[in-house]
Amino acid sequence: MKRIDKIEDSKTFRSTTTALSEVREFVNRYAVEFGFGDKDVSEIILAVDEACTNVIKHAYKGNPDAEFLVRVLGSGMEFQIVVRDWGDSFKPEEVPVPNIRDRARKHKAGGLGIYLMRRLMDTVEYRDKDKVNEVRLVRYLRNDQRS
Amino acid sequence: MNEFKVLTRDSGNAVVMELHGFLDAHTAPDLEKSFSDLIGRGKYNIVVNFNGLSYISSAGLGVFMAYIDEVRNNHGDIKLTNMQQKVFNVFDLLGFPFLYEIYPDQDEALKKFDSK
Repeated sequence: MKRIDKIEDSKTFRSTTTALSEVREFVNRYAVEFGFGDKDVSEIILAVDEACTNVIKHAYKGNPDAEFLVRVLGSGMEFQIVVRDWGDSFKPEEVPVPNIRDRARKHKAGGLGIYLMRRLMDTVEYRDKDKVNEVRLVRYLRNDQRS
Repeated sequence: MNEFKVLTRDSGNAVVMELHGFLDAHTAPDLEKSFSDLIGRGKYNIVVNFNGLSYISSAGLGVFMAYIDEVRNNHGDIKLTNMQQKVFNVFDLLGFPFLYEIYPDQDEALKKFDSK
């Protein structure tokens, strides 16, 4: 399959956990078309799922009437996903690196998602400006990753 | 929509919990309910077979963390088996192999409970 090295699309999703599978399908398609192999596609959609889960649970605190936007941009070797919301802003620097034993003892799973995003993507950036929050996830396609 | 299903059955002195489909923030409450039901029935020897599970996010991983202490405090364990590579990779990234016993095969995990 010939890869598509120029991608630009966005889609709005309702802020409910049922939207997560729709987000994964939306991003999956473009990651495949951009040329990522199976393992990389799985990692990218997991990182996006984690970003959207945080929006649904924390920025909008489960309000199903809210919406968030997922934007996919592919250019050259750079594949970028931007998740935008208009809910409560988020301070990633306040989330510590999780200690799995400690978390299990306290029955807490929070913070695992952000840690995963950082491990899975080349860049994870948070921005909040004028009541708009964005997380930008970037993954570069390397020649040895191509499907 | 991606579906998720849990099937549980007794096997000797343990319970096998088979996971199927996609485990994310939407479906994690179903798994929580299954664990809560088992523990409510006093079942603490639990083998979780991941063979049919295609996807897991941190919301799913969190469920295992939520119950492990209670299970071990009651002299049981949650042993994980038959993971597809991409599911194992997520557990591995978060350091779960240090906290949970993970086996390639369900029978191996069941034998550990038999020998208790």
